[in-house]
Amino acid sequence: MTDISQTPNAAPTTKPKGGSLFEKDARTKRRNAAESRFKMYGVAAIGIGLLMLIVLVTNIVTAGTGAFQQSFLELNVELKADKLDKKGNRNIKDIKKVSTFGYAPLIAAALESEVEKFGIQTDLKPKAMGKILSKAAQAELRNYVIADPGEIGKTVSFRFLVNSRVDGYLKGRVTRESIANDKSISVEQLDFVDQLRDAGVLYKAFNPDFIFGADASDQRPEAAGIGVSMLGSLFMMLVVLALALPIGVAASIYLEEFAPQNRLTDIIEVNISNLAAVPSIVFGILGLAVFINYMHLPTSAPLVGGLVLTLMTLPTIIISTRASLKAVPPSIRDAALGVGASKMQAVFHHVLPLAAPGILTGTIIGLAQALGETAPLLLIGMVGFIASNPPDGIVAGFLSPNSAMPAQIYEWSKRADPAFYERAWGGIIILLIFLVTMNTIAVLLRRRFERRW
Amino acid sequence: MALSWLLLILLALAVIGFFAGRSRALASAGGNVRDLHSLPSYYGYNVALTALVPAVGVLIVWLLAQPMIVNSTVSGLIPDQALLEGSDRGLIMSEVRRVAYGLDGAVASGAMTETQARNGNADTDALTKTLKDAGQILTQDVTQPILVAAQKFRSMTSSGTVAMQVVVLALALLGAAFAYVRTHKEFRARNVVEQGVLALLLLAASIAILTTIGIVLSMLFETMNFFQLHSWKDFFFGSTWAPNFRGGSELSILPLLWGTLYISVIALLVAVPIGLFAAIYLSEYASGITRSIAKPLLEILAGIPTIVYGLFALLTVGPALVSMFGDGGILGVDWMASSNAVLTAGLVMGIMLIPFVSSLSDDIINAVPQTMRDGSLGLGATHSETVRNVILPAALPGIVGAILLAASRAIGETMIVVMAAGAIAKFSGNPFEAMTTITTRIVSQLTGDTDFASPETLVAFALGLTLFIITLGLNIFALYIVRKYREQYE
Repeated sequence: MTDISQTPNAAPTTKPKGGSLFEKDARTKRRNAAESRFKMYGVAAIGIGLLMLIVLVTNIVTAGTGAFQQSFLELNVELKADKLDKKGNRNIKDIKKVSTFGYAPLIAAALESEVEKFGIQTDLKPKAMGKILSKAAQAELRNYVIADPGEIGKTVSFRFLVNSRVDGYLKGRVTRESIANDKSISVEQLDFVDQLRDAGVLYKAFNPDFIFGADASDQRPEAAGIGVSMLGSLFMMLVVLALALPIGVAASIYLEEFAPQNRLTDIIEVNISNLAAVPSIVFGILGLAVFINYMHLPTSAPLVGGLVLTLMTLPTIIISTRASLKAVPPSIRDAALGVGASKMQAVFHHVLPLAAPGILTGTIIGLAQALGETAPLLLIGMVGFIASNPPDGIVAGFLSPNSAMPAQIYEWSKRADPAFYERAWGGIIILLIFLVTMNTIAVLLRRRFERRW
Repeated sequence: MALSWLLLILLALAVIGFFAGRSRALASAGGNVRDLHSLPSYYGYNVALTALVPAVGVLIVWLLAQPMIVNSTVSGLIPDQALLEGSDRGLIMSEVRRVAYGLDGAVASGAMTETQARNGNADTDALTKTLKDAGQILTQDVTQPILVAAQKFRSMTSSGTVAMQVVVLALALLGAAFAYVRTHKEFRARNVVEQGVLALLLLAASIAILTTIGIVLSMLFETMNFFQLHSWKDFFFGSTWAPNFRGGSELSILPLLWGTLYISVIALLVAVPIGLFAAIYLSEYASGITRSIAKPLLEILAGIPTIVYGLFALLTVGPALVSMFGDGGILGVDWMASSNAVLTAGLVMGIMLIPFVSSLSDDIINAVPQTMRDGSLGLGATHSETVRNVILPAALPGIVGAILLAASRAIGETMIVVMAAGAIAKFSGNPFEAMTTITTRIVSQLTGDTDFASPETLVAFALGLTLFIITLGLNIFALYIVRKYREQYE
């Protein structure tokens, strides 16, 4: 027996150094706090990212939906035969001789009779009353008469666009306070507008011309539409599809299936990965220098835009096509070769069809990217051009000057009248609808046809 | 005969050739397919390709070369005294082309006869009037030398086009005939066709090289022209950007480079922390469901076109910042005068780059081997300690690569800065001021009426070349880092 065990020091009165596992010491608490802080940073980062997305989308929707509605004034216009067709023989050439100014008195008279009909009290002169209408109103009426001369002599109910300020007033963008320094509209005119609205002849309605119509000069934001530039985009996408898909697929097949390991192949591969990262504006410079300045292709033509976007989209398509060719297992090739197919036959008859869904997905994503691209289009002159007439025919569609959707949006964003901003946002909604549709199709294709080997 | 007709004829020839070759091969084997060397359709393809490929190749080369040859011949015809004050050969040539197209248009619409259009001694005033009446666009009155040059231009172009059609069609017929005659049951058609297809595939792959060469050459030539008109010292080392279309411009890249880098740095200050933390959270902490929802949502930000971000900056973020930092704003300071500012562009560009940084970093973090995590956790490190002390150091080179790629994106980005950064070139450290960037100046120097002889226009090519070299250098460096890092763990 020793007395060591009886030394008082050995008594379990003091805690062991580490303490109980159930009680956290300061250091553990600190470490745990750091842990949860770190996690919170991550959550916050994702939160900020998603918040930005939500802000962006909400902003687009709230600012842009207004563009799809437009204010109209409905008037009963008497198409007086003695004014529009003096000879009375309904000859279209004589009718065309009456300029847009000739229609102004008809509209003024219609407005006056409307004022009398509803007993509207106003001190405005007839000319000032007419100012609430769009500058396009007379031309609209003239086009209507020229399209259907049989209406001359009758009284027709016609829906006129109103001035962008009046439209803004109905949408809440323009208020009595905000027009203090505005020469194009007065408070009296707004009072007049209120009375017309109460009478039910001035109202907001869906405006199909915004989606299908043509751009208008910067005096008439209410008449501007995105339809013609949509056609420009369509023709550009046709060029991109017709060139980028075959060239991209051919290049990928070569690189993935046939290319020997040599200097040339290396150079091509490095080039493709670099081209994918070249700023898009550089492609615009290339297009300007080569297609317009050297080859003298027409400026602002969708063909040139399509060529530039093709060069820009090729790397995207090549990269995705190569990935989907790579995903086809070698056993497919071996089996084809084993039953006597040549290498070319194995690729074209077996590998390519199996890779087709992936190639298609990549192509659609590449097209979506090209559809939203603006910077190169600025340099080849697709901006600053008023796309006022739809192209007449397919060749003209490729060769005659046009705009494209993103270029049109940029053009509107530069104009002075805030009414164009609303249209720019509206244009973005249409552009995004296209992009979302294309991406959804791509995702669905991948889900539906992609094979897991 | 228009180009589309020529192409249609070539196509028709190829189709006919296909069936002719196929049936000739079958006939040579007495209708027995097994006696043929290749499948019958290969004989058809052989004829079709031999007809089509050389003809289309010559057609493309001809279309590219003819304008150059015609241009140089015709511009040699214009006497030096015809060059007006402040004008040059390029401008005269575009006028010549306009007159030539005007004559074409007038003949086509019946406003004048072909002999009238070819009359070199025609009264120029009457001609101008006729052309204008016919709705043709002329910028100035037709003068005698221009008329002669335009007529030469027309005759060369039309005879060149006729020659091209004859040569192309002859080549196609010859090719078809050659391949048709060679068609025999012993002929190794499959091998020949496959060789041809392989050559076409290689050609398609080389378009990438051609594009790069095109980019470099187109910018290099104009840049050299620029440096002949403007001192390169001022471009690289000057301190002022003040283009003046009446001459005496100071065109230095440095203030533009400063604006570009400043905006890019702000963008990266926004995008890198948010993107990196988002990537860490998604790859290390998030459950499968969170990840599958949050990751695609974040990537939507990357799919939004830059014009949308530009508009967002111009109409939403800019005014919002002004209402905060501007006169009479919430903070009660007067720092920001206009919504066009470095901060506006930088913030919005940062938002655009978030998904770019996060998805690249996500890939890189996922590539760190699981054993390293397990080892660290096994030693008692918390999750965040593992991330900070083990995963991030291991992934650092890759993350640096991702940041460099994002930086190259930011430097080359155009629409956001065009719409939101402003147009004033200056060295300033104030993020609330408007500044301008390389891409913005390229756009403004090259849009509108461009005259390819003035240094103010040509400077855009020098800027473009510099931009190309900077972004290319950043990309190559970044890809090198990323690739080297990947090899480490493979």
